[in-house]
Amino acid sequence: MRHIISVLMENEPGALSRVVGLFSQRNFNIESLTVAPTEDSTLSRLTVTTIGSDRVIEQITKQLNKLIDVVKVVDLTEGDHVERELMMIKLKASGQMRAEIKRTADIFRGQIIDVTPTTYTVQLTGASDKLDAFIDTLGTAHIMEVVRTGVSGLSRGEKVLSL
Amino acid sequence: MEQLSGGEMVIRALRDEGVKHIYGYPGGALLHIYDALFQQDDVQHVLVRHEQAATHMADAYARATGKAGVALVTSGPGATNAVTGIATAYMDSIPMVVITGQVMSTLIGEDAFQETDMIGVSRPVVKHSFSVQNPEEIPSIIKKAFHIAESGRPGPVVVDVPKDMTNPTDRFNYEYPKNIKLRSYNPVSRGHSGQIKKAIDMVLDAKRLVIYSGGGVILGDASQELTELAQLLNAPVTNTLMGLGGYPGTDRQFIGMLGMHGSYEANMAMHHADLILAVGARFDDRVTNGVDKFCPTAKIIHVDIDPASISKTIKADVPIVGPAKHVLSEMVSLVKNSKKQPEKGAIDAWWKQIDEWRTRHGGRYLTDDSEKMKPQQVIEMLSKVTGGDAYICSDVGQHQMFAAQYYKFNKPNRWINSGGLGTMGFGLPAAMGVKMNFPDEEVVCVTGEGSIQMNIQELSTISQYNIPLKVICLNNQSLGMVRQWQDMNYESRHSHSYMESLPDFIKLVEAYGHVGMKVDKYEDLEAAMTKAFAMKDRMVFMDITVDPFEHVYPMQVPRGSMRDMWLSKTERT
Repeated sequence: MRHIISVLMENEPGALSRVVGLFSQRNFNIESLTVAPTEDSTLSRLTVTTIGSDRVIEQITKQLNKLIDVVKVVDLTEGDHVERELMMIKLKASGQMRAEIKRTADIFRGQIIDVTPTTYTVQLTGASDKLDAFIDTLGTAHIMEVVRTGVSGLSRGEKVLSL
Repeated sequence: MEQLSGGEMVIRALRDEGVKHIYGYPGGALLHIYDALFQQDDVQHVLVRHEQAATHMADAYARATGKAGVALVTSGPGATNAVTGIATAYMDSIPMVVITGQVMSTLIGEDAFQETDMIGVSRPVVKHSFSVQNPEEIPSIIKKAFHIAESGRPGPVVVDVPKDMTNPTDRFNYEYPKNIKLRSYNPVSRGHSGQIKKAIDMVLDAKRLVIYSGGGVILGDASQELTELAQLLNAPVTNTLMGLGGYPGTDRQFIGMLGMHGSYEANMAMHHADLILAVGARFDDRVTNGVDKFCPTAKIIHVDIDPASISKTIKADVPIVGPAKHVLSEMVSLVKNSKKQPEKGAIDAWWKQIDEWRTRHGGRYLTDDSEKMKPQQVIEMLSKVTGGDAYICSDVGQHQMFAAQYYKFNKPNRWINSGGLGTMGFGLPAAMGVKMNFPDEEVVCVTGEGSIQMNIQELSTISQYNIPLKVICLNNQSLGMVRQWQDMNYESRHSHSYMESLPDFIKLVEAYGHVGMKVDKYEDLEAAMTKAFAMKDRMVFMDITVDPFEHVYPMQVPRGSMRDMWLSKTERT
């Protein structure tokens, strides 16, 4: 099952490599990973999506907690949460396709953020399956380039991951 | 406030941490630190002949004392040579601080001479690591390194020091911090009392309880509490390879080591138990055998300081995260104050069954049909001659298993071996590290002709510092454990398990200035060994010819249950 694990950690050199190294060392899988400093510049927040049985997920959270640089770990998928991913997608856009891409982007609430006579670049935000659906709808034939940030997420309501 | 250079701060911080000995080897990146070392007398440096030996010496010191050992190695090859020793300590949760030199910070990443990314190379085998970015951080980094290495589940910590951080002309205020607090690291100091109570309720109801204790009891200084609890409950105790000495080896309630080469009675008792109280043990694959067949009728209480060890391979019914010493002493007082007591009839029946198993096998081996000495006989003699009271530092292989099975450890911290990583070459430097710190105790390296050659250069260090340890080399002219597996699983195709062209060990040790003794016959063994141990001020190397065809038994049948064992070359459960 897919899990979103959020990690609050010291914003220290080498901290990220310890997290990534742990995943490869222990044969855990990484679907996506995103990391940036928080409002407190001494802390970074890392979000990793991974797939595994309950036993594997339990080991992942325990092993992450063992890293000295890691302050707190939470599995967002254990409770209600919101998740978003941002994608930028560059498409061949000429002839009829120009209108088609614009229409589809509107349906998905995407924005066209770069335009040339032959290309459109669309920015799209949402849960990962929405981004997948956009790619499926347009078909790979027109796609020139895709970049996705990986998943970020927060628990719903009052629950927070902080010091 | 005192002004010190970075190099001086490294040595001063070690002094202020209470370090007496460090083990190391100099090199370009460490020259400033070695110069600071030269100009003081508080911290004594031991010059090894290979950096791996420095880490094993520091590691063994930690195993014998519970305090972090310290190794000092240079950048590049010095650091990579230390990696095996760091990994050895990591796998057995041994506190150690390894200071590695690094090229100047301005050269990092430029493939400079003797540059290795030691933080990267060592990352999977350290508890934590630090890279010094500013000389003023050195005292606090060293304080943190010791704190992290020694607390919680212990482990090795690497401190990487670029050469320009130790420059003698750059001087800074020096103050060694008394305490250190890390917001992201707070190891537990006590177990959950509700869980402990729940566990004791189950323990008092159990009819077939086994206490299974590991290295965590030794590291956590909890063998007294373990012994008290076991004796209050009249419960059988089995120790892992790392846990030997955690419960007195000659006591009636001790049923031996468990696992792949565990005793018949320990493995049978585990298989038939209705409750297992695991303390400071991690259900390693060399213990559980096939996990799907592991102890089918038992509930499991698992006490460990590391939550990640609990339910990693075997699901615990009652997990208790906490230091063994605290949890066990809580358990002792709960049992003492409980109205409920274990059911006597059930306990007696359980012991009757265990004693039957003990009679059936009980650590027997065959001595009749061969003139060759049996390795087991040598270990039994060693146990007799040293009164079961020596520090036994083992290498890795058949001799290690024989030592674990036949030396009766009555005290913790005296059985020093590489259990998790299985590092051949560990034994000799380990014995050096222990003997230097316990000069009045008997310290023995039990080894084989294969393992000893992996760090044999240390015979030179032993001469330099006059370390009068004893080496018991069980010479079977083959890599015995490899050969045993080849006998059992590869129709005796002995692919590269012979040790051809062995040196004359007697001449070799004499060349380094030590005493060599060769023993070929069992009838000569006791006299020779007594003579060797009477030479208090000399290193004596006993090259003992043993039966090359001997196997270690019992041996669990791969992927079977705990009770599926070979008991001899022809006999299976």
